[in-house]
Amino acid sequence: MSGLLIRARGLVAGWERPATAPLEFALESGRILGLTGANGVGKTTLLSALAGRARVFSGALEMRPALRLALQTQDVPPVEGVPLSGRELLALTGAAGDGLPPWLVGRLDDRLDRLSGGQRHYLTLWAVLQAPADLVLLDEPTNNLDAAGVAHLASALRRLAGLGTGIVVVSHDHEFVEAVCDQVIVLREAGDVV
Amino acid sequence: MWSDLFLLPFLTGLGLALVLPVLGCFLRLRDEWLAALAYAHVAAAGALLALVSGLAPALGGMAAAALAGVGKRLFARRLAGGAAFAILLLAGWAVAVLLAANQPLAEQLGHSLFDGQLYFAGTAQLALVMPWVIFCGVVLAILSRHLLLARVYPDYFSARRLRAWPVVFGFDLVAALTLALATMAMGVMGAFALVFVPAWIAFRRARSWRGGLVLAALIGLGGYIAAFLLALGLDQPFGPVLALLLITVGLIIA
Repeated sequence: MSGLLIRARGLVAGWERPATAPLEFALESGRILGLTGANGVGKTTLLSALAGRARVFSGALEMRPALRLALQTQDVPPVEGVPLSGRELLALTGAAGDGLPPWLVGRLDDRLDRLSGGQRHYLTLWAVLQAPADLVLLDEPTNNLDAAGVAHLASALRRLAGLGTGIVVVSHDHEFVEAVCDQVIVLREAGDVV
Repeated sequence: MWSDLFLLPFLTGLGLALVLPVLGCFLRLRDEWLAALAYAHVAAAGALLALVSGLAPALGGMAAAALAGVGKRLFARRLAGGAAFAILLLAGWAVAVLLAANQPLAEQLGHSLFDGQLYFAGTAQLALVMPWVIFCGVVLAILSRHLLLARVYPDYFSARRLRAWPVVFGFDLVAALTLALATMAMGVMGAFALVFVPAWIAFRRARSWRGGLVLAALIGLGGYIAAFLLALGLDQPFGPVLALLLITVGLIIA
C-alpha cells in the first residue's frame, strides 16, 4: 500500500446493524473521494467506519498503518460560552492560518462564540483540514457555507490534495462533489453502488 | 498580622487561590463545575472519618477525594449526566454531618470545615499545598491541549486511535486531590467559591482561553487577599466573607 491509503473490499458498515451496501473502493494519497447519495443510505456511517467509530460487519477495510486521520463531523463544536479564540483553536489541532479567507483572517482573535454560524463552521472545519494528517474525512463540509465559502473550500481541498493528503468528502451537494472530487461513489439504499 | 500565626495560613491560601480558579476553568470547560462541591464534601467526610479513626484528617480527606475521583469512572454509565457529582456531594455531606453529630472530636473539625476557617492552617499544610500547587500547575499545562481538544473535537482521540482515558483519569485525580487540600485549608465553601466564581466571570468576559485563565487567577488572588484582610479585620469566618466578596464582584462584572 505504498501510495494507497484505504482499500475497501465488499465493505459493509453500520452501528447496531449493517447500514450500507457492500462497497468496493480504494483511495490513494493526493486523491479526493466523494461519497454521495440520498439521506439514510449510510454515507456518514461509512465515514465513521473509516474513522474507527462505526463497525465493519463484513468485507475488508485495509488502511495504511500509522495513518494520521483528521475527522470533521456534522456536530457543531460545543464552544458556546467557552472563551476560546480562533487562533487558539488552530493552535490546538496544529493547523496553520495561512490561506484562510479574508473574511476570517481579521476575526482570528475573536472568541468562537462571537462569530457567525458560517464563520465558526468554516474556522472549525479549517482547523481539521489544516491539521497534520494523511487522510482527512469530511462530513457535509458545505453546510452553513455561503457561495464564497464553498468556493474557498473547493480550492483549499484541491490545494491540500496537491500536497499529497487523501480526502474523503461526504456531501449531498452533487455540484460540489462533482467539481472537487477525483472519484465519486453514489451510495444507494437498494444495495447497488454506482 | 504578619506574625507566623497568620502568615502560614495566608501563604497556604494564596497558593490555593492561584490554582483553584485555573482548575475551575477546566472543570467548567468539561461542564463539571459541580465536581468542586462534590469533592469538597467527600474530602470533608474523609477527614472526619480519619479523625474518629485516629488517623490524620488531611490524609483521610485526600484519600476519600482521590477514591471518589477514580471510583466515579467505574460507575460512569450508571452515573451519566453529572449524576456522579450529585451523588458524591450528598454522600459526603451525609457522612460528614452524621459523624459531626455523633462524635465530639468530629464536631469541632466539622464546624471548621463547613464554616471555612483558614486560620488553623499550619506548617504541615503549607508544606503540602505549595509543592502541590506547582505540581497541579504543571499537570494542567500538560493536559490543557488535550482537555480543550476533547471539548471542541470529541472524536479527536478515537480518530487518531489515541487513548483518552489517561487524560480524563489524570485530570479527575488532580481535581479531586486539589479540592481535598483546599477543603482542609479553607473549608468546603471557601474552596468551592474559588473554583466556581472566578471561572464563571472569566468565561463571560475573557477574549481567549489563555486570557481566561489569567483573569480567573487574578480574580481568585485579588478576592482571596481582600477576603483574608476583611475577615481578619472584622473577626469573621473566612469562607463566607470570601464567598460574598466573590459573588459581589461576579455580579458586577460578569
